[in-house]
This record gives sequence, C-alpha cells and structure tokens, in this order.
Amino acid sequence: MTAAILVSIFMTLAAAATPILLAALGELVTEKAGVLNLGVEGMMLCGAVAGFAVAYSTGSVPLGLLAATLAGVTAAMIFALLTLGLGSNQVATGLALTIFGIGASSLIGAGFVGRTITRLGPLFPADYAAHPWLRLVFGHDAIVYLSLALVLAVGLFLRRSKAGLILRAVGENADSAHAIGYRVLAIRTAATAFGGALAGLGGAYFSLALTPMWADRLTAGRGWIALALVVFAAWKPGRLLIGAYLFGAVATFELQAKAAGWSFIAPEVLAMTPYLATIVVLTMMSLGRRTGGRDAPACLGKPFPAQ
Amino acid sequence: MSTIITRRTLLAGAAAASVLPLTGAQAQAPFGVGFIYVGPVGDHGWSWTHDQGRKALEKEYGNKIKTSFIENVAEGPDAVRAIRQLAQAGDQLIFTTSFGFMNPTIQVAKQFPKIKFEHATGYQRAENVATYNARFYEGRAVIGTLAGHMSKSGQAGYIASFPIPEVVMGINAFHLAAKKVNPNFKTKVIWASTWYDPAKEADAAKALIDQGCDVISQHTDSPAALQAAEQRGVYAFGQASDMKAFAPKAQLSAIVDDWSGYYIKRVKEAMDGTWKSGDVWGGIKDGMVKLAPYNDAVTPAARAAADELQKGIVAGTIHPFTGELKDQKGTLRLKAGETASDEVLSKMDWYVDGVQA
Repeated sequence: MTAAILVSIFMTLAAAATPILLAALGELVTEKAGVLNLGVEGMMLCGAVAGFAVAYSTGSVPLGLLAATLAGVTAAMIFALLTLGLGSNQVATGLALTIFGIGASSLIGAGFVGRTITRLGPLFPADYAAHPWLRLVFGHDAIVYLSLALVLAVGLFLRRSKAGLILRAVGENADSAHAIGYRVLAIRTAATAFGGALAGLGGAYFSLALTPMWADRLTAGRGWIALALVVFAAWKPGRLLIGAYLFGAVATFELQAKAAGWSFIAPEVLAMTPYLATIVVLTMMSLGRRTGGRDAPACLGKPFPAQ
Repeated sequence: MSTIITRRTLLAGAAAASVLPLTGAQAQAPFGVGFIYVGPVGDHGWSWTHDQGRKALEKEYGNKIKTSFIENVAEGPDAVRAIRQLAQAGDQLIFTTSFGFMNPTIQVAKQFPKIKFEHATGYQRAENVATYNARFYEGRAVIGTLAGHMSKSGQAGYIASFPIPEVVMGINAFHLAAKKVNPNFKTKVIWASTWYDPAKEADAAKALIDQGCDVISQHTDSPAALQAAEQRGVYAFGQASDMKAFAPKAQLSAIVDDWSGYYIKRVKEAMDGTWKSGDVWGGIKDGMVKLAPYNDAVTPAARAAADELQKGIVAGTIHPFTGELKDQKGTLRLKAGETASDEVLSKMDWYVDGVQA
C-alpha cells in the first residue's frame, strides 16, 4: 500500500467523521445544559437542504453554510419553544422534530432534485498539499478545520470558562442554578440553538462537500449516530473527537477491506464492524467505570421548572 | 391530477377514505392508478424512474385518470397498510414497485378481487396480480463492454447493494462483457448493504478508486458514486437514470429504466377491460432498458462494440450469458454454446471467474 493510498484513506476518514463530529458536538453542549434533543437528524436535514438551496441559488458555498447554520437554529428554536416554552415532553418533541425535518427538507428540496453545485473545495491552495503527507495537514476543506477548532473551543469553554461552568450548573442542578439567580430557560435556549447551528452545519457538509447534490434523506441516519456518540463520549469533547474519527475509521476500513478483496471476511461481518466497535467500546467503558451514571448531566431531559 | 400521500397524511387519508366510495360510484370518475414506492421519489434512481412512468401516464391520459403515490414505504407490515390505503381510496390499478412488496401485494389483492395489482420484480401472481420486471443485465452487459474498452488498469469497481439474484446477475453480466474485451479484467465488488446512502456510496467509490479501479459501476440508487468518480477523474456509469448532470466527464453512459411504455399499455388494458394477469420481463428490445447517450470520451472502438452488442441483443443473436461459463470455484455452469434460461438467471447465486466479491 503506497503513501498516496494511505493518505487518501485518511482524507476519506476525516470527511466521513466531520459531519457526525459537528452534530454530536452541538448535541453535547445542548445536553450539558440539561436539554435532550433527539431531533438531530431532522435538524441536519434542514441544514442540508437550506445549505444546498442557497448555495445553488446564489452560487456561493459560504452563503449556503451560513443558511444551513441558520436553518439548524430555526429548527432548534421550534424545539425550544415547544419543550422549554410550553413544557412539552423532550423525547417526544425531539422525535417529532426529526419527522418534521425529513418532511420539510423533502418539500423544500423538491425543486432542487437533479441539480448540482461546485463542491466545497480544500481550504489551502494545491501547492501546500503537493506532497501526499502534506495533504494530511493542508488538504482538507474549511469545515474539517473548523470542526477540530470547535472541539477545542467547546472543551475550553466547558472546562475553563465561567459561562461554561454556569451552563454545566444548569444541566446538573437547574433548581440550584435558578436559586443563585441564573436564567435557566434562557441558558438552555441558547445551548439548544448552538446544538441546532452545528447540526445544520453538519447536515450541510453532506449536500455541499461530501455529495454536492440534494437528495431526500441525504444524511441517511447519521444524526442518530451523532446522538449515540455523545453517550459514547461520556459528554466529553475530547472523547467525542476520538469517537467520531473511530467511527469514520471503521466505516472507511470496512469499504477499503471490501475493495481490497479480503474475501475471508464475510461482507456482512464487515458491514457490522462500525456497530460492533461501538458496542465493544461502550462495554469497555462501562466496565472501567466505577462511578456508575455520573457522566450524564443530572438534569438531562428534565423540564424546568420541575413539574 | 395527482395527490401525494405520505405516511404522515396516511391517517388523515384513512378517515377520508370512508367517504370516498360514494364519490367513486359516480359514473364519470377518473380511472384511479396508484403507486407504492420503496424509496423517496427524489432518489434519482429506482423510485424516481417509476415516478417518471407515473408522470408519463398523466401526460398520456390527462383527466381520464387520477394517479397517486405513497413513497418511502417500508418492505413489511407497513406496506400492507399503504397498499390497502390506495385500494380503499378508489384506485383500480395499483403498481407496487419493489421486491419486498410481493407478499403484502398478494395479501391485499385477496381482499380486493376487483382491483388489479402489478408487482415489480416478484414471482407470485394471482388472478388480479401481474408481475413485471426488466432485463437490466442486458444494459449491464453493454456498460461492461464499455468498461472493458475504457479501463486502463483493467480493474472496475462495482458498488452493490445486497446479494440477491438481480444484483448478482448484474455483476456477472457486467464482468463477462468486460472480460470478452480484456481477458484479465477484474471486477472488485463492495457490498454497501444499502440501496440508498449517498455518503456511503461515495466513500465506497473512493475506496475502489484507491485500490486501483478506474471505472466505477453501481447497483445502488444515488448519483453519489458518480460524483466521487468525477472528482477523482475516473469513469463511471449512471444507475437507473441518466445521471450526466452529476458527472459530465465521468459518466460514460447509464442504464436507464423506462417503465413508461409498459405503464401506458397496462393502464389502457385495465381501462378497456382487456387486462390479464401475467409476467413480463422486458429488456432493451422492449424499450424497458435503455442506454444513456455515450460520453464523448468513449472511443470509436468501444462505441462500435457496445452498439454491436445492443443490436445483437435486440435481434436475439447474442445473449449476455452464453457458455462455456464457469463460476469462481471452477464449476461448469453453462456448457459451450448454451444460453442461460430465465430460471437460471432468476436464481443466480454464483459469481463468474474474475469477480472479486
């Protein structure tokens, strides 16, 4: 196997991991504030279609990415209005948001079926990435770098900043946070909006970078993987990064192994590997943990004020 | 006039259906034709081409008919509800367009003996249930010929969905045709284990290109693999519809499913009372399988060979599966000069030598 192939495999891996990482990172912040939004898949689809529609109409991919982010926020705000404003059940509303997102994106996208755009290209000029190994560093598009920067930013925000501490307090003990004088609903709304923004951006990565087109249900269930990844990562941004790239790696390995003709492994077994890997890692983590159930924010999914 | 029914409006539709028989009894009501799709109509592939057939019906018969469809119907108990929904809404002819709808179709057809049903790609028939399918393998033989001529590395990648006879048949037809051009030809297969997941299809194409394939063929439904081929500068083939818009340089040709002619014929028969249950398996000759216009990059030699094969198939002088034919394990499957019967084809579960699956 030559260096060029190895690099190419890693580029595919990074591209496969990026949208899941973005959506999961947004959901992580939302959940840290105590809000469980299961509508990630729906918000991703809203972002994917809005991003494509705007990029196609204006010819500008950056504008498309902006529109996708706003679309994700809009979908998240519908969720926030229903759950935080009107006190509806978060699990049911999140599932409804996904169904809504599938339907709305299909409706908006109907006029864009069969269209295509110029995909989001590498951020740096090709000269930077002339050597195969340099491609690993300079060969990605802007969103890949942005997603990595966001992991760092979110990690620092949650661990080191006062605002992050308040956000975590709201997720861990909403009543106490309220008693000290923090506005629980406002903070939760903001965290939900951030989750929507990143889900929208992650969705747009499909329609603007991975497969520059609009097709129904373009994200094909990646939103659910993002949700699982948050649990997998035990609500820690660093582990989320590892988890997303691990998922990308296993998914890419599956395809490469099939392409290389490793016929001694049944294709069904290879198709199973990403999920098998998830189960194995989850099991190992549960075995290694002595403080059962401490990872999840204590007020996750619980309404405020308590009913 | 068409109505779009989705699963979300299914419940509302069920309530309305109790009123519909009254209007259905009126004399000049348009003839109702219903469609059940397994995927979204926006998939550019399988469901999309069936929907093109539905649109062709509307164009042909105008106000004389009323079409409706339900998309994204899961192949299982959900399908029974969806098909029954169309039957109760007053459709007199219902097309169920995926293999997994076979049992549900038979089940609903028993309950509605006056309504006619057509099931695509199945083998169970009844008095009021006909089956139809297309000989896609003929088209795959043509693109296999193009692949054999156009591939420099002598390796083609094939993104396959599930190892059912239909897909296995396609891989074999493609590979056999390519091998006639280049005896050392290799076809590398990736089982994507999905009909529709654009990101995975694109990644599968990239993996195949990484492993040295310079022509990509697919039996999954989205144009994502073509886009990946376009980006990497290798050739590819469209699936189910002409996907040139997605990959103007990469797409050498495409297998185009064309159900319009069949649908127009069967609706006419249903309307004038001559409809009979039966089984149709049409190919290039019947216009059910077509090839998209060749790319300019296709060399004159490749073009001539592909055209000659098409002519031979139409004339009946060439059958893509003609012996002597051995499978991967060296077992003789067809004797010299023998052509595969439809029964052999429809049960195909072995790969010809040189397929890496």
